[in-house]
Amino acid sequence: MQKNRLKSGGHIQRDDILNFTFNGKKLQAYKGDTLASALLANDIKIVGRSFKYHRPRGIFSCGPEEPNAILQVGSGSRTEAGLKATQVELYDGLIASSEKGWPSLHFDVAIINDWLSKMFGAGFYYKTFMYPAKFWKLYEYFLRKMAGFGYAPDENDPDYYSHHNEHCDLLIVGAGPAGIMSALVASQSGANVIIVDEKEKFGGKLLYSDEKIDNTVAIEWVERAQAELEKAPNVKCLKRSTAFGYYDYNFLTVCERYTDHSPETTVNSPRQKLWRIRTQSVVLAQGAFERPLVFSNNDRPGVMLASAVSEYIKRFAVLPGRNIAIFTNNDSAYQTAIDLKNAGVDSIIIIDSRPENSSAATIKTNELNIEVKFCSVVTNVQGSNKVEGIEIAKLNSETGLHDNELIYRDCDLLAISGGWSPAVHLHSQSGGRNAWSEKLHCFIPKNTHQKNTSVGSSNGFWGLKDCLEDAKKRTSEMLTDLGYELSEKISFDVEENNYVSMSPLWRVNDGKDPESHPKQFIDYQNDTSVSDIFQAVREGYKNIEHVKRYTALGFGTDQGKLGNINGMAILAEVLNKPIADIGTTTFRPAYTPVSFGVCAGQEIGEFFDPIRKTAIHDFHENQTSPFELVGQWLRPWYFPTQNETIENAVKRECLAVRNSLGIMDASTLGKIDIQGKDALNFLERIYTHDVSKMAIGQCAYGIMLGEDGMIKDDGVMTRMAENHFYLTTTTGGAASVMSWLEQWHQTEWPDLDVYLTSLTEQLSTIVLAGPNSRKVLKKLMVTGIDKESMKFMTFVKSKIDDIDVDIFRVSFSGELAFEINVDSNYALHLWNILIEAGKEYEITPYGTETMHVLRAEKGFIIVGQDTDGSINPEDAGLGWMLSRKKDFIGKRSLLREDSIRNDRKQLVGLLSLDGKTVIPEGAQIIRKGAHKKPIPMYGHVSSSYYSPVLGHPIAMAMIESGRDRHGEEFLAVASCGTEIEVKVVNPVFYDPSGERQNVE
Amino acid sequence: MLIIKCPWCGDRDETEFSYGGEADIKRPVAPEALSDEEWGDYLFMRKNTKGVFKEQWNHSAGCRRWFIVERDTVNYDIKATYKF
Ligand SMILES: [Zn+2]
Repeated sequence: MQKNRLKSGGHIQRDDILNFTFNGKKLQAYKGDTLASALLANDIKIVGRSFKYHRPRGIFSCGPEEPNAILQVGSGSRTEAGLKATQVELYDGLIASSEKGWPSLHFDVAIINDWLSKMFGAGFYYKTFMYPAKFWKLYEYFLRKMAGFGYAPDENDPDYYSHHNEHCDLLIVGAGPAGIMSALVASQSGANVIIVDEKEKFGGKLLYSDEKIDNTVAIEWVERAQAELEKAPNVKCLKRSTAFGYYDYNFLTVCERYTDHSPETTVNSPRQKLWRIRTQSVVLAQGAFERPLVFSNNDRPGVMLASAVSEYIKRFAVLPGRNIAIFTNNDSAYQTAIDLKNAGVDSIIIIDSRPENSSAATIKTNELNIEVKFCSVVTNVQGSNKVEGIEIAKLNSETGLHDNELIYRDCDLLAISGGWSPAVHLHSQSGGRNAWSEKLHCFIPKNTHQKNTSVGSSNGFWGLKDCLEDAKKRTSEMLTDLGYELSEKISFDVEENNYVSMSPLWRVNDGKDPESHPKQFIDYQNDTSVSDIFQAVREGYKNIEHVKRYTALGFGTDQGKLGNINGMAILAEVLNKPIADIGTTTFRPAYTPVSFGVCAGQEIGEFFDPIRKTAIHDFHENQTSPFELVGQWLRPWYFPTQNETIENAVKRECLAVRNSLGIMDASTLGKIDIQGKDALNFLERIYTHDVSKMAIGQCAYGIMLGEDGMIKDDGVMTRMAENHFYLTTTTGGAASVMSWLEQWHQTEWPDLDVYLTSLTEQLSTIVLAGPNSRKVLKKLMVTGIDKESMKFMTFVKSKIDDIDVDIFRVSFSGELAFEINVDSNYALHLWNILIEAGKEYEITPYGTETMHVLRAEKGFIIVGQDTDGSINPEDAGLGWMLSRKKDFIGKRSLLREDSIRNDRKQLVGLLSLDGKTVIPEGAQIIRKGAHKKPIPMYGHVSSSYYSPVLGHPIAMAMIESGRDRHGEEFLAVASCGTEIEVKVVNPVFYDPSGERQNVE
Repeated sequence: MLIIKCPWCGDRDETEFSYGGEADIKRPVAPEALSDEEWGDYLFMRKNTKGVFKEQWNHSAGCRRWFIVERDTVNYDIKATYKF
C-alpha cells in the first residue's frame, strides 16, 4: 500500500514493482523511484535523528543537498554508510536503515540532548569534554555511541573499481537545460566534448517542469537533445556520473556509478569508475540549490523544500501530504502550489513574506483559487514527530519584524522556499571567486581562475529562456576562443513561467533574543541554529571561517549546499555588516562523498605496489624460504629445514658461515657504474674518504653524507679502471642514491664529464662466505683468487664455468668471503654450480637474518637501522673515514657547534648482564636506580640478536658519550616495561683483530 | 594537478615529476671559509616566495633530467621551464 502514490503520472514504471526494507519494515515501490521517493510514497515520515540534539527528522530535499535522510544501505560486504536517500536509485531487495536513533528511531534516549539544548550550544564539545584529559576515552566512547554514525562492512569489498584517463576540449558539468544547450552548441562545433550528469537521465529541473521548448513539453525536448548528443561522434555522455573535484590545470575527477542501482546483478563490470579528465575548457552548469527559510522548529518531519515537493509529485507521482502550507519569500514556490493543485490537492495555503503583488505567479494562483497570505511569515511548527500545524504572524515590511498575534492553521506538509543559490562549488574549487549580487541576493561566480565558465542558474539566471540564452552565448564564446568555428545557428522558442522574483527573508524575527524561541535551524545536518551564530559572535568569533568551525555550519557532506547563505546573512545581521563583506567559506572536494574503493581503483592487494624478485628467486621459493619485503624486493629471510624454528635456522646458518661455508643472494644491492674522465673528481666530492688513493682493482668501504653531515648511505666502491668506478649502495637506498648523484651532477656540476648507469637489475650478486669459500672457487678452476695474488679489498675479473664474473674480496661477515657479480641471465645457473661444488663443505644458503647477526657480531652498522638521519660518521665510530685533504658533501657541517658536542650519542656494544636475555630493539637506556621523573634517557638499542658463535646475546646501541662509557652499567627498558641490566662494551664482539680473513 | 613542460619531453602530467626545491642555491666554493651562520643559511634557509618562484624539478618517471620551473606560488601558473 503506497499511501502517498498518485494514481497516474511520474517517470516511474508501475509494472515493475520493487520490494525493499527500511528499518526492518517490508515495503514496495516502483522502478524509477529513488529510496527517498519510495519512503515518501509509503508515508515514512521519520528517517533519522539529528546529529547533536537527536531530533526526529524527515526527508527534506530531492537531491544531493539532503541533510536528514542519510542512511545505511545494503547488507553484508556491500553495506555502505552515509548514503543520501535522495540519490539512491531503488532496486529490488534493497535494505536500508537509519544511522541514528537508539534504542529505536521513534524513541531515542539522547533526545534528552534536545531538552537540555541550552547546555549544548555552539562550542559545547570543545568546552565540556576537555578536562580532565584522562576522561577523554570515556567521553569519546559515549559521544561516538550517541552520534550513531553508520558502520563500515567487516568483510572485503566484493566489487572492483577502475580508473580511466581522458582528454577533451570541453567538459560540461550538469545536463539540465543550460548544460544540454551548451552540449548542443559544442556538438555542432566539432569539438571533443564530454557532458556529465549525476542522474540516470538528462534534464535536471526540466524533468519536473511544465514549461515548453520548441512547442513541446520540456522533457521531450530533453529526450530529443539527449538522443542527438548520444549519436554525435564527438560527444561522450556520462550519466550517473558526478564531477566531484576540480583541480589545477583543468583536471577534474568524475565518479561514474555502474552497478549501484542494481548491485546484485554485477557481472564483469566495475562497480564505479573514476574518470580523470584533462580538458581544455569547462562549462559549469550545475544549477542552483533552493534555500530553506529559518523559523522555529523548521526541521520537523514534513517540512520540505518547495521544489522538492514539486519534483516528488511530477517525477515520482508521490504526494507527501494532503493539507499543505507553502511558506516563501519568492515566486518559484508558487509553481509548487500549482503542481499540488494539478495533483488534486484542495487544501493549499501560501504564506508569502512579501507585500501583495501582481506577478505572473500570483495571477496564476489566483486563477486556481489558491489562498495567499501576503506580508506573513510562519513563526513556528506544531507537532514533534511530524508537522501537525503552523503558527502564522503578520510581518511589518518596514521593520522586518513580525507581530505577536498568531494565527494557527492545521497542515501535514510545509513546503518552504527561501530563494535560490547558484551551485558555485566547482567554480570555487577551481580557484574562482564569487561576488554577492545585491539584485539576486546570492553569490554568483566572478573572476574565473582557470579556463571555465558558469552558465544558466549556476550563473544566476533563474528563468528558462535566460538560462538557455546564457549557456548558448557563453559556450559559443568559449569555443570561438578555442579556435572552433560555429556554423549553424541554434534557435529555440521557449514558453516559460518566469517565476523568479524574490525578496530576502533571512530569518523570521520578532526582535527578541532567539534563545527565547524554539530552535530555528540554519544547517540541519550539523544542528546549527540561529542562537549558535549569536553565541559565536558573543564569544568573539567574527570571521565566517571561525564561525563555521565553532558552530559546524556547512560541515560534513553538506559542504555549504543548504544552510550557508542563510548562515552568512544572519552573521552579517548580527555583526551589522553588509553580506558582501562576510565572504564565503572555502569549498573543497569532494562535492558529494566518494567511495574509498573508487579512489583506490585497482591498485589494491597484490597490485598495491610492484614486487621485485631476484634472478635466483626460484631457488629460494623451492627451499620454501620465508621472504622479507625490503623496499619492493622479496629477500629470503632464512632457509628452514623441515619444521625448523627461525632461531634454530639462523643458528645453523650462522655457524655454517663461521665454520665452513655459506652462500647468500645479495642481488638486491644497489649497483651503479660511473665512468667519464671526471669520475674520480666527482666521487671525491661525494665520498668522505680519499678516493684518489685507490689503486686500480682496489675496493674501499665508502660512506656518503647529506650536506647536513649525517650518514646518508654506505657501500663498497671499486676502481675498475682509471676513469671507471663501480659502487654498491644499500638495497633500500639504490634508487635514491642514484637520483641524488644525478642531482648533484646535473644541477651543481654539469661541467663534469661523468656518466652514471644503474646496474642493479642487470647484475646479480652471489656471496660466498666462510673459511672454505676459496676452496670451492679453486675446485671450479677459478683463476686470480689465490691468497697471494688477491688481497683483501681487491677485485678481479674471472670466469666460472666459462661465464664472465667480477669477483670482489670483501666481507660483511668478518669471514673470508667473495662477492661474485654475474650477468643476471646466468645468475641462477651460477648459483646452482656453486651449490653443487660446495656440497663437500656443507654449503649453507643463508638469508637476511643471518646476514644481520654476522655483521652485528663484527659491529658493522646498517644504514637506516643503526642510523636514523641524525647520526654523523663520528657518532657511528667512522671518524677514521673522513678525509682531511679535500672537501666533500657534508664536511662543513661536521664542524658546526652541534656536530662537535661531546655528549652526542655514539655507537657502542651492549651485553645483557645475565648473559641470556636478548634485549628488545628500541629499548631505552636509563641509569640504574633512576626514579625521579622525568628519567634521563641516555640512548636506545638499535640492533640486537643472539650470537650463536659467542653463545650469548649481543646488541648495538646509540648512547650519549658512549665511547667513554665502556664498562658502565645501565638499564635497558623495553616498551613492554621489561627492564634488563646491561653493560656497555666495544661494538666489535667477534674477532676484533680481523684474523679470520686470512685463512687459506 | 599541474601540467609541466619538460624541456626535453614536452607537456607531461605532474605525477611524472619530483620536486627539488628552490633553484639557484649555489654550493659555496669554499665551505670551510664560511661562518656557521653563513653555512646554515646555505643549508637550511629557503625563500617562501609569494609570486613567481624559481624551483628545480626532475622528470623522474621520464627522461630523469633536472630542469628549472618558474611557477607562481599563488595560482600555480607555470611561467616558464628551461634547462640548466
Ligand atoms: Zn623529460
